[in-house]
Amino acid sequence: MSRAVTRIAAMLVVSTLAGLGLGVVYVLGGQPQWEGALLAVSLGGIGLALVLWAKALFGEAEEVGERTVLPSEPEPRAEFVTTLERGGEVFARRHVLVRLLAAAGGALGLAALFPLRSLGPPARRQLFHTAWRPGSRLVTEAGEPIRVDQLPVGGILTVFPEGRVDADDSATLLIRVEPGALRPRPGREEWSPDGNVAYSKLCTHVGCPVGLYRETTHELLCPCHQSTFDVLDGARPVFGPATRSLPQLPLAVDRDGYLVAVDDFPDPVGPGFWNMGR
Amino acid sequence: MLRGLLRWVDDRLGGARFGTSVLRRIFPDHWSFMLGEVALYCLVVLIATGVYLTFFFEPSVREVVYDGPYEPLDGVTMSAAYRSALEISFEVRAGLVMRQMHHWAALLFMASIVVHLARVFFTGAFRRPRELNWVIGVTLLVLAMFNGFLGYSLLDDLLSGTGLRVANAILLSIPVLGPDLAFGFFGGEFPADAMIPRFYVLHVLVLPALIVALLSAHLAMVWRQKHTQFRGPGRTEDNVVGSRLWPSYAAKSVGLFFIVTAVIAALGGLAQINPVWIYGPFRSELAAAAVTSASQPDWYMGWLDGALRLMPGWEIRVRGFVVPNPFFPGVLLPGVVFTLLYLWPFLEARVTRDHEAHHLLDRPRDAPVRTALGTAAFSFFAVLFVAGSNDVLAGSFEVAPETLTRVFRVAVVGVPVVAFLVTRKLCRDLQGPPERPPARPARHRVVRRPDGGFEVLDEEPRDEGVVVPP
Repeated sequence: MSRAVTRIAAMLVVSTLAGLGLGVVYVLGGQPQWEGALLAVSLGGIGLALVLWAKALFGEAEEVGERTVLPSEPEPRAEFVTTLERGGEVFARRHVLVRLLAAAGGALGLAALFPLRSLGPPARRQLFHTAWRPGSRLVTEAGEPIRVDQLPVGGILTVFPEGRVDADDSATLLIRVEPGALRPRPGREEWSPDGNVAYSKLCTHVGCPVGLYRETTHELLCPCHQSTFDVLDGARPVFGPATRSLPQLPLAVDRDGYLVAVDDFPDPVGPGFWNMGR
Repeated sequence: MLRGLLRWVDDRLGGARFGTSVLRRIFPDHWSFMLGEVALYCLVVLIATGVYLTFFFEPSVREVVYDGPYEPLDGVTMSAAYRSALEISFEVRAGLVMRQMHHWAALLFMASIVVHLARVFFTGAFRRPRELNWVIGVTLLVLAMFNGFLGYSLLDDLLSGTGLRVANAILLSIPVLGPDLAFGFFGGEFPADAMIPRFYVLHVLVLPALIVALLSAHLAMVWRQKHTQFRGPGRTEDNVVGSRLWPSYAAKSVGLFFIVTAVIAALGGLAQINPVWIYGPFRSELAAAAVTSASQPDWYMGWLDGALRLMPGWEIRVRGFVVPNPFFPGVLLPGVVFTLLYLWPFLEARVTRDHEAHHLLDRPRDAPVRTALGTAAFSFFAVLFVAGSNDVLAGSFEVAPETLTRVFRVAVVGVPVVAFLVTRKLCRDLQGPPERPPARPARHRVVRRPDGGFEVLDEEPRDEGVVVPP
């Protein structure tokens, strides 16, 4: 027996054993690593054996074949074109009917567009609003309200409007800073009682949750594309692809000392869209 | 037995002559011609493992509470889709191997398509008469990319949810149509409940059907036009030199199928991929407060993620109307890339005024500008791809991500230019001097005269063959 035959035979024997082993592993309850490894050996043995067989034992020389000419001869080509056109003329003779057929087809096509509309509700004002309402209490994801002095300075918490913890677009970051450190925008001086300032958690770039807070520099960092926002300066973007500040939620304190929203965010939250400024 | 069966079929359908021509068909041999085959075999594995997974996967966002064997998530609210992914991983026997093989096969499918495309590009195999097949091939690349993205988005884990957020933002950024497109695609404002079942149908039915149909056309055209071949002794534009389909090529090709599947099985069993139980569920009280760190898409989407990261904070604003920032890296860039890719055979033919049919391949050095442009393009994607993990790199090298981003912004322009110039120079140098080497000095024949003297005949300057002294 030549060496190649011995090797091919060995591969096939190993493959057979691996195949049987696979069955045993499965019956014994399965184990991912063994399953993958045995399957690989069982398949690989057959594959390598076939390739080696073809290379070592077929003994076939290179062969030469003709390449067919791809384009048709002029005659059959012309015949095809005339046949096609002659058939078309049978239709075209009836001008009125052709136009009516076009009209019917067009109407059908138009009608077929309408079900597309059912794929999603029209995007009207949903993108401009979140679940925050005037007076909504800020709550944790467990639904617990937050007192104005609860968060330590430097602390950060993800909050939701009370009763709407499920509202994806309403996720908000509550951050406590030294009250004097903030540089509020004109008209927003009252929005951050006792240094509690709240910004939308959705990055204005593509809407990832802005999860990382560098307390030393007061910067919020989006882990997806590294947009960075300055918490003290109205969450203005200071680096990365984001172009707009994180919308700020106006805060107040209710009679029981809990933080509440004065109103919804003044701007659309999350990623931009063409008419967001209208 | 076999003969009887063949006679039975031939009595009813005929086609013995065709069958013979099939068996005797000749395929040129070169390792790089098997890259497309590798892609085909990855698809076979994808379909086989994928069908198996559909028996267990539940494409639904119905809220359930987990009480399976994976204890860290015990009692956690999650979608039925995510739970069924956990069940496949921990409870279905051989389920995890199938799931991981499916994912690895998808990664290899994309990789082999891209390398196959590179082979076709750099050897000029897309030239007439194969332009149409190039167009189909690029379409297959696009479809495979979309289907891969949809596939890993189905599991409704935190990482894939982040990927879908990005997709949502990119759709939203399209002027005028954006919001309606996003609502239509997701079935409402993101994250809508319709999206998982919807993506499931696209992933297991619509896109695979398109891929299989186009792939059949792709292969049929290769069959009809016959494969290209490299230049070499005895190889011309009018012939095909290689091994016969039966038995040489068939044995090697089927062997390759088993080897590709074996590699995928080894990866699926031994190399963990997409461990969704670590990422956690997307719809859950856990996700609401979770800090998503280092989120990266599958490799073939990495260049787009890198482009999103490198784009400076610019956008267009006119009277309250906005063209948001993600539009440029997320819509415009891939739009330009794929348009150029689709049009390449036609652009090149127009620029080089070469409208001839070619069945003999170029070596990359034979077309320095094409090869240099291709290298520049690949280096551009490579920079974007690496930039797609700038936060991980920043962590590993202890550099601020901002610094890295600035470096990559320069590199994404600079590296392709350098790659172009270097490649073009290398190709030209490899080609050797543009003209033929100077003619050899004229040879002289020295003939002995009958009188014993010698005569030098200098009439024939010969430019080939060896002069054998008489």
